[in-house]
Amino acid sequence: MTRVLHYGFPMVGLRDKKLPGKLIVVEGTDGVGRSTQIALLREWLEANGYATTETGMIRSDLAGAGIKKAKRGHTMSDLTLNLFYSTDFVDRLEKQIIPALRAGFVVLTDRYIYSIIARAQVRGVDPRWIRDVLGFALIPDVVFYLRINVENLIPRVVNSGGFDYWESGMDYLRGDDIYSNYIKYQTEILNQFDSLAEEYHFHVVDANAGVTDVFCRLRDALQIILSDMQPPQTVGSGETHSGTDKKPKAGNTKPKNKKSLKTGRAMK
Amino acid sequence: MAFLPDGTPLRGKLIIVEGIDGSGKSTQLDLLHKWLVSKGFLVSFTEWNSSAVVRQTTKRGKENRLLSPMSFCLIHAADLADRLEHQILPALHAGAIVLADRYIYTAFARDAARGINREWVRSIYRFAVRPTAAFYFRVPLNESLQRILIGRPELKYYEAGLDLGLSDNPYESFRIFQGHILEEYDNIVDEFGLTVIDATQPLVQQQARIRKLLTPYLKGAQKVEHKPWREVLAKEGLYGRYLNDVSGEAEK
Repeated sequence: MTRVLHYGFPMVGLRDKKLPGKLIVVEGTDGVGRSTQIALLREWLEANGYATTETGMIRSDLAGAGIKKAKRGHTMSDLTLNLFYSTDFVDRLEKQIIPALRAGFVVLTDRYIYSIIARAQVRGVDPRWIRDVLGFALIPDVVFYLRINVENLIPRVVNSGGFDYWESGMDYLRGDDIYSNYIKYQTEILNQFDSLAEEYHFHVVDANAGVTDVFCRLRDALQIILSDMQPPQTVGSGETHSGTDKKPKAGNTKPKNKKSLKTGRAMK
Repeated sequence: MAFLPDGTPLRGKLIIVEGIDGSGKSTQLDLLHKWLVSKGFLVSFTEWNSSAVVRQTTKRGKENRLLSPMSFCLIHAADLADRLEHQILPALHAGAIVLADRYIYTAFARDAARGINREWVRSIYRFAVRPTAAFYFRVPLNESLQRILIGRPELKYYEAGLDLGLSDNPYESFRIFQGHILEEYDNIVDEFGLTVIDATQPLVQQQARIRKLLTPYLKGAQKVEHKPWREVLAKEGLYGRYLNDVSGEAEK
């Protein structure tokens, strides 16, 4: 991201005005294929010389295990879970995302604050409150929203292991019928995402299409976003992406899709 | 009465105490607790940073020094949210008197002392119930330091504010950090109209003042029969040696 922007409340101690990396968010409901696309994008990015790293919800060192444990026992109510998610998020932002952006990495993020907001709003949490709590989030360079219809989602979910308790809204919907609850819950979540897509200017990608199609669209959009980044050259000047004062290359020079370039790992 | 954030009154009463470490607030709350129980009230006690679900993560964060000012702030909010939803709110709905050792003002003071945006912390805690009565135990910094440092020479990392790099010396860091918290409390007292108790006064006087101030609020609070088996014992001339074990457990 060239300029550091947030949603209302600046991060404590973040002095950078600019960060040379790119923050790429992939949003979408469970089973839409986020992790598949992120894996493909990561490989493509590294093959093209972009140092890439990846993070996602509930993967923080601090709170990841605590959230998983509490969700297993279904012991957390709405406010607590939202604040727990926020703790997990701030920990990853401070320890993974920002340092990587500072070092010039492309950071692929599997879900961001929008997923937290969507699931909170479905459960009747005050929309203003959850936005304020998460107001420190950096505004990403792009939010890809993988949009899918519930009918197309169901076979994928059945195929990949069945209906998850939380992803079916079982914590707040009535009754034991997980299938109908799943449809009800996912429909509500998708509606929330649709309105968030407008509010936060998501780049919407139709995920009803096949994996190849979706990937091509993501890749093409990504190329434009990365156009002001200079991919490292194979015959190097020994230059790294670590300097915060390094000016991103202006103009529309698209990165050349050369398979021969070194992968991002070479930069670590 | 206590009130929900939207102004809805609750049957129960929420009484909270605030103050820096060594201000004597926990001692006073304990005395108050015993008095209310002896008066036959239904009382529930809750303490800062004690939620079973969240504590594990906070502990991990503190032991491994993983907490930043922001995650410190959020995880403590999660702690209160959990206690509020599982303990405080149900008790207030039932008409109980809830006694809280530290409340949102602790977060406002500590987090601001850690450099957190004051407006942001206040917005995070917007979910909190408005207390019926809030007592702030005001004590000069030197006196509280003396009380703390005599009794407990080992200072914890976050407690001493060592995460802020104020000083390498834990005692010096603690002194500076507590000073900042004290300044924050002074502003909070005015902003939220906390009732100030002079914590340099004799304990008995402080307690008498608190009880006097609280008395008008206690009308209508739910009462409960403590040790209802006493009557049976008296009637039948029994000693109740097994029951003493049971009640000992229950009171713990």
